[in-house]
Amino acid sequence: MSAPVSAPTAASAADTAKPLLSVRDLRKHFAIRGGILSRVVDKVHAVDGVSFDIEAGETLGVVGESGCGKSTTGRCILRLIEPSSGEVWFQGADVMKMNHAQLQAMRRDMQIIFQDPYASLNPRLTIGAIIGEALTIHKLVNSRQALEDRVVQLLETVGLRPDHMRRFPHEFSGGQRQRIGIARALAVEPKLLICDEPVSALDVSIQAQVINLLEDLQEQFGLTYLFIAHDLSVVEHISTRIAVMYLGRVVEIAPAAELYDKPIHPYSEALLSAVPIPDPTVKRKRIMLEGDVPNPIRPPSGCHFHTRCPIARPDCSQRSPVLEEKRPGHWAACHYRD
Amino acid sequence: MAEPLLDIRGLKTWFKTDDGMVRAVDGVDLHIDRGETLGVVGESGCGKTVTARSVLKLIDMPPGRFEAGQILWQGRDLIPLSMEEMDKIRAKEIAIIFQEPMTSLNPVYTVGDQIAEVIALHQKLSRKQAIAGAAEMLRLVNIPNPQRRVHDYPHQFSGGMRQRVMIAMALSCQPKLLIADEPTTALDVTIQAQILELMQEMKERFGMAIMLITHAMGVVAETCQRVTVMYAGNVVEEASVEALFGDPRHPYTQGLIRSIPRVDRSAEKKQRLEAIAGTVPNLLEPPPGCRFAARCKFAMDVCTQAVPPLKEVGPGHYVRCVL
Ligand SMILES: Nc1ncnc2c1ncn2[C@@H]1O[C@H](COP(=O)(O)OP(=O)(O)OP(=O)(O)O)[C@@H](O)[C@H]1O
Ligand SMILES: Nc1ncnc2c1ncn2[C@@H]1O[C@H](COP(=O)(O)OP(=O)(O)O)[C@@H](O)[C@H]1O
Ligand code: SF4
Ligand code: SF4
Ligand SMILES: [Mg+2]
Ligand SMILES: [Mg+2]
Repeated sequence: MSAPVSAPTAASAADTAKPLLSVRDLRKHFAIRGGILSRVVDKVHAVDGVSFDIEAGETLGVVGESGCGKSTTGRCILRLIEPSSGEVWFQGADVMKMNHAQLQAMRRDMQIIFQDPYASLNPRLTIGAIIGEALTIHKLVNSRQALEDRVVQLLETVGLRPDHMRRFPHEFSGGQRQRIGIARALAVEPKLLICDEPVSALDVSIQAQVINLLEDLQEQFGLTYLFIAHDLSVVEHISTRIAVMYLGRVVEIAPAAELYDKPIHPYSEALLSAVPIPDPTVKRKRIMLEGDVPNPIRPPSGCHFHTRCPIARPDCSQRSPVLEEKRPGHWAACHYRD
Repeated sequence: MAEPLLDIRGLKTWFKTDDGMVRAVDGVDLHIDRGETLGVVGESGCGKTVTARSVLKLIDMPPGRFEAGQILWQGRDLIPLSMEEMDKIRAKEIAIIFQEPMTSLNPVYTVGDQIAEVIALHQKLSRKQAIAGAAEMLRLVNIPNPQRRVHDYPHQFSGGMRQRVMIAMALSCQPKLLIADEPTTALDVTIQAQILELMQEMKERFGMAIMLITHAMGVVAETCQRVTVMYAGNVVEEASVEALFGDPRHPYTQGLIRSIPRVDRSAEKKQRLEAIAGTVPNLLEPPPGCRFAARCKFAMDVCTQAVPPLKEVGPGHYVRCVL
């Protein structure tokens, strides 16, 4: 039985504008195989009933600790991984019902960039070929010259030089490779860009370059972002709204400033208080969480957070809280916080 | 003034590679006083780890070699010491922990055996007593059920727990200095907070000094008394933590501090981040003069002529810049 699905959006319920992307009760259970017969011995509940909306033009940040299901959520939306159940609606179309050709067409409008700029670029292709590939697949150019012109334009858009198109990935630094990944995603003029930890592997000074670039591109092309990261400072900087995940579930969604000023969920509160502030004159009270993030193969019963929650009560291990709109536009899943 | 616990002077650690000489550490000066926490910050590849490993002589030679400088440990230069003499220092005086604890724990021995081995180096104990000592160390670093966990193997612990085990092992020799090379970089933020708090507690309890290597300015601000900023194999600034964040003087330090988004300043949040243009120079052919010149918005002709000296701009505040 799935929990009643709530639909946390930025807009109020009266607003009739359709969101660009809607995700409803998304689930992904990975089978764990073992033994000599390689039988399914267990399941990982990587994504365990996730729902949210993204409005055109906004940036929804997704934060949470490693293994909480952020990347799996992003990949399921694009159906790079098949979800176990749930719904994904993009521009009014039912993504789960799409056949291969329809999916290909949809992926023109929804692109993804990855954390590891090293692993995500084919080392044997030139930068020109990497960026141009999608243009050819989607038949967006009709001559060699048009292809080259568009590649040059894209390189300049992301702050690289035209002559870079003849070079190979290993000749570039991490930040430059991330720019190449962004140019590749932009080639097909997408509406939604899923950014999976796009700056996590970069040094801070380079991180800032890429964040600024993503902000500029959003303004220039009216892009919508689903921005996944574990670094809360980065997410709060770039996002309009933020979803906090814990063990496969969204525990809170709120406008960025509101989440940071008035978090509702005890986990969000602890996560925020754990971020070290680069200013020795700022002294804050830290909420120390005990223990480790539990194993998602056997997540705790009831509220997944009850084993670490500083305010847990006995029934938290029995009843699973649902995401409710506790304040306008501010949703949280906790029995004892409003 | 009292002699520093560790005083690194003009250290150059270079690596001979097929492409030429990599000047990983190229004239580093830093010191650590008894009981203090020194932060060593800088971007990837600037020489933090090579500096740390040089202190314990954990650099493979060849390809590495000490090109110049001194590493004075309580006044005595470690560079000329034999491996046997270094073993004694590593067992009893200076301990090191790394970013990925799994690489320094042996997967085929229980954590109890590994900690007991360290304890046995400086105390004559039976195996049973040493294992009991190991369990006590695990209890000290807040591992639940230490009596039972002492018999577990490293892979049976999570990342955060393994880092606790490493700390327990490092502290078993009651070192005067703990070198921690990115001890929390691989950990989640709530686990990072636990480990940093544990290190602070242990420091107070044992009165040791800590050299904390990190690229996270927030971690430095919250845990260190003094900071050394490295860039491309050089020290570019050294200051108390208050001076470094309150009045950063090197353009690189200023850039580092301003390029970080700040969660605690939501009012200013829509401000654009100040990125540092360009990338870190290649240490194979480091540019002449100031190594930051290619990325510095204040660069002038003099900057590229000679490496600027480290000059004192305030009490204990040093900057390598012509400005
Ligand atoms: N064995 C080696 N042979 C050749 N070059 C080396 C060797 N070890 C390190 N280097 C080089 O020395 C430089 C400094 O490396 P080091 O590991 O000290 O950087 P770091 O500051 O610790 O960076 P990070 O933040 O990525 O850990 C780098 O350019 C690195 O590639
Ligand atoms: N292909 C897979 N097979 C089995 N388990 C997986 C697979 N991919 C991810 N997982 C598991 O699913 C959970 C969520 O993973 P992921 O979405 O990558 O988390 P995040 O991106 O938040 O770090 C983790 O427990 C992870 O180990
Ligand atoms: S439901 Fe209970 S355990 Fe979960 S966050 Fe709320 S108080 Fe804590
Ligand atoms: S010496 Fe010159 S180039 Fe180097 S940091 Fe100072 S002003 Fe910039
Ligand atoms: Mg991920
Ligand atoms: Mg290092």
